[in-house]
Amino acid sequence: MEKRTIVAVLVFAIVAVFFFFSIFLIHPFGKPGQVNMDDHIIANTQNETGTNNGVTSVVFDYRGFDTLGEATILFSAVAGVLMIFRRVKQ
Amino acid sequence: MSGMSKIVKTSVNILFPLTMIFGLYVIAHGHLTPGGGFQGGAIVASGCAMIVVAYGSKWVFKQIKEKRLSSFESIGGVGFITVALLGLVFSTVFFGNFLAGSNLLFGTTPATGSTGADFNTGGVLPLMNFAVGVKVIAGLFVIVLVMAYASSVKEWDT
Repeated sequence: MEKRTIVAVLVFAIVAVFFFFSIFLIHPFGKPGQVNMDDHIIANTQNETGTNNGVTSVVFDYRGFDTLGEATILFSAVAGVLMIFRRVKQ
Repeated sequence: MSGMSKIVKTSVNILFPLTMIFGLYVIAHGHLTPGGGFQGGAIVASGCAMIVVAYGSKWVFKQIKEKRLSSFESIGGVGFITVALLGLVFSTVFFGNFLAGSNLLFGTTPATGSTGADFNTGGVLPLMNFAVGVKVIAGLFVIVLVMAYASSVKEWDT
């Protein structure tokens, strides 16, 4: 076997072992480990953001940077498509 | 691709306004109902893609150019960042909700608990929903339109 193949198999085995043992560390379904932020958002979203929709308040207010990243992804996708399919003058 | 038969065009003529109304409703009520700018924009853009399928991309390209749609997309992105920066100016942080509880536009604070839907709530969330909606409509529509037009013509010209 080549040297690269042996290294790849070793790395794969190590990562697989880590993934396998991480199964036992997952918390049970429906019982999150840390609930402080969840409780804060559920209790205070109507006072702090003034909206009844908790999901929108998280997406656009508490996690606004995440939405900014999504908008950046869409912008770069449109820029890439327009760059590939741009009009070529004869 | 060229236009399809008269049956398809008539069906699209009936379905297109309903799709527009539903998508714009989802965008406008993003702070009250499930959905928001991304989802409503995807609905409106799929309605526009329906027009492209039925009438052909060449006909749609005569009505609207891709540069105009691209500038609409940029306007949506700039508006989104502008609202976020206004939060930095009038509030304390970037993305600060400076309109919530101010009794100005969208400034009403709802009562805590299960309350009825009041459209005049949410602070900057409706503005951000609108900006993201414009961005997603123009972005997805220009992707579909340009790809359909590029696959229908042999060479790009003019």
